[in-house]
Amino acid sequence: MSFAWANQYEPKNDFTKWIDEKLPLPRLVYSAIGAGYPVPRNLNYMWNFGVLAGFFLVFQIITGVVLAMHYAANTEVAFGQIEHIMRDVNYGWLMKYGHANGASFFFMVIYLHIFRGFFYSSYKAPREMIWLLGVVIFLLMMATAFMGYVLPWGQMSFWGAKVITGLFGAIPFIGEPLQVWLVGGYAPNDSTLNRFFSLHFLLPFVILGVVILHIWALHIPGSSNPSGVEVKKESDTVPFHPYYTAKDGWFLGLILTFFAAIVFFGPNLLGHPDNWVEANPLSTPALIVPEWYFYPFYAILRAFTGDLTIPFTGIVLIEAKLLGVIAMFASILVWFFLPWLDKSPVRSGSYRPLFRVFFWIFVVCMAGLFYLGGAKPEEPFIVLSQIFTAYYFLHFLVILPIVSQIEIPKPMPFSITEAVLGKDDDAGSPPTPPAAGKHDSDAPDGALQPAE
Amino acid sequence: MTIRLGGIIFGLGLTAVLLLWSLLPGALNFAFPEKPDYYAFQEENISPEGGFSFEGPMGNWDTQQLQRGYQVYKEVCSACHSLQYVAFRNLEDLGYSEAEVRAEAASWMVPGIDGKDGSAIERPGIPTDYFPAPYANDVEARAFNNNAIPPDLSLITKARKDGVHYVYSLMQGYNEPDPEDVAKSPEFETPPGLYFNEYFYNINIAMPPQLLPDIVTYADGTEATTEQMSADVTAFLTWAGEPSLIQRKQTGFFVIAFLLFATGLGFLSYKSVWAGMKPKKK
Repeated sequence: MSFAWANQYEPKNDFTKWIDEKLPLPRLVYSAIGAGYPVPRNLNYMWNFGVLAGFFLVFQIITGVVLAMHYAANTEVAFGQIEHIMRDVNYGWLMKYGHANGASFFFMVIYLHIFRGFFYSSYKAPREMIWLLGVVIFLLMMATAFMGYVLPWGQMSFWGAKVITGLFGAIPFIGEPLQVWLVGGYAPNDSTLNRFFSLHFLLPFVILGVVILHIWALHIPGSSNPSGVEVKKESDTVPFHPYYTAKDGWFLGLILTFFAAIVFFGPNLLGHPDNWVEANPLSTPALIVPEWYFYPFYAILRAFTGDLTIPFTGIVLIEAKLLGVIAMFASILVWFFLPWLDKSPVRSGSYRPLFRVFFWIFVVCMAGLFYLGGAKPEEPFIVLSQIFTAYYFLHFLVILPIVSQIEIPKPMPFSITEAVLGKDDDAGSPPTPPAAGKHDSDAPDGALQPAE
Repeated sequence: MTIRLGGIIFGLGLTAVLLLWSLLPGALNFAFPEKPDYYAFQEENISPEGGFSFEGPMGNWDTQQLQRGYQVYKEVCSACHSLQYVAFRNLEDLGYSEAEVRAEAASWMVPGIDGKDGSAIERPGIPTDYFPAPYANDVEARAFNNNAIPPDLSLITKARKDGVHYVYSLMQGYNEPDPEDVAKSPEFETPPGLYFNEYFYNINIAMPPQLLPDIVTYADGTEATTEQMSADVTAFLTWAGEPSLIQRKQTGFFVIAFLLFATGLGFLSYKSVWAGMKPKKK
């Protein structure tokens, strides 16, 4: 599953030869993220966030496992256990703040990773499966982060859990029993905390599994690149190691410096003060908000303030709450259909003048939803949420399909080599004929498929 | 063709009118928000002149101040407010010796059990005990405090927005209402049993003014003004909320210095690996 010119792993001594015969794990790593993986030579810094996301996943698992050693999922003591970690456990404050802010950074790099995909159409053939698995990872991350936020059993933990589990109650007929079954009662309680802890421990490993599939799927067509032109020949690529390990390495150091600045000098900047108050089912906070990384979807949820009725009859078809729930889930599920909504044969936004305009409008729309999700539920924020929510769906369901039909793309370079060097000696000559045994290419730009 | 164009323009115009129409109430509310009747009294939090010693990346505890703040908590706040996550042993952070902590702990009575018959008694504290709560339960706390529960103070500076400055301000917020503000909010009144405080979120707080001048006599001879005591108790409560605050910042310096160094080396190796790979575009 790589290009024909990929470096092959060669065991150097008897021991590595012995290992390679029995279990070729070093060979797998070498071909996956080592010198045996040819990567387009023109990747820009937007391609660093996948590796960063992988780093934060591992970081969250390590700090999380340590925190779990000192935590107790019991509503009587959970809040106090966090204080025990903060005050008595050696460097417990570092683990706690690292884990809480690590989640924020994980989402930050994931959002950049996703928006890289939006701009450079990383979801288009032949990479649909990578994209679909990525959306699955994002959904799993949201579930995991939501349940993790409940564990400290602060005010926002409790009330956030109450609001989000309450969403299931909006489903017709089965909603209420389903909600009671999921929560283990009528309001978040000890059973809820225990099952959330159990799942919060389990899901990261499920994410890890899907991440492995995501990377596996990536290695079939190879990485995309900013020109959107598929890899044609060896001069288009460089080996992942040392070229991209060096690039990812220093960039990781840069992001970790920002991360350390937050963890050590402003660990509560991204949190909510109410979560330093122990959960109290009798006292509702003035404003219930999730963590910042859920704001866009929370804004979509809250945008639906009116029931869907048959006009002039007063018959309610769908209640406002259910509309909000449907829209919130649909706002992410629509990503699953993205490869088939955007039909443009051109991948890179750099060569799509019209798409590029709408991409940046969409970025503004998302930024607006980020702001509105944390705002008070009053005017003008409600109407703005409704307008931005409408535009969000308009972008995916109407604008993208139309733009991909009417747009006239700019001329593209013949190859990655030309995109980088400004010339390619092979340009103008017919494309290299596919080697025997290879599949015919169905890539939009007529590029070669890599060898199996 | 012209009909189609006209249709598009008509549709866009209709959409624009509908959009503006739907935005109108919001814009009006944004421009002239409905304000609660106490809005005129709300004040921005204040901070002591020169800030607190523990603020900023290079901050450190002023142990003298922490000891004074502890004295204020012990002699004033602890009558109504618990400090449940702080143990006497933690007081060593304030610069007390082990023997002093032992003596300090013994000056507090904590709930215990009689060694012979197991009945509930009160005994002098030992360093591993936590600060005792002033009330047996929430019902008792409400009964003594005009139906309000005095919050636990061990996390108070983190559990409020801008908590450090909030606590400092609140202690000094029991002023006479400004006549100009009263003119703006003629409806507003402070019911009996509550107190006017311009830093409390709805102005009327159940806690009476506490830090009256000279309510404590400082062991180190500092003059006990309201401002002084507010700053001292705020410093103490900040420490109580996060004893690892200074250790965190000091560790952070080393971590960031290391990361900058490693990132610099990483960048140089990146440059050397890629040297010659990226000729300039023509």
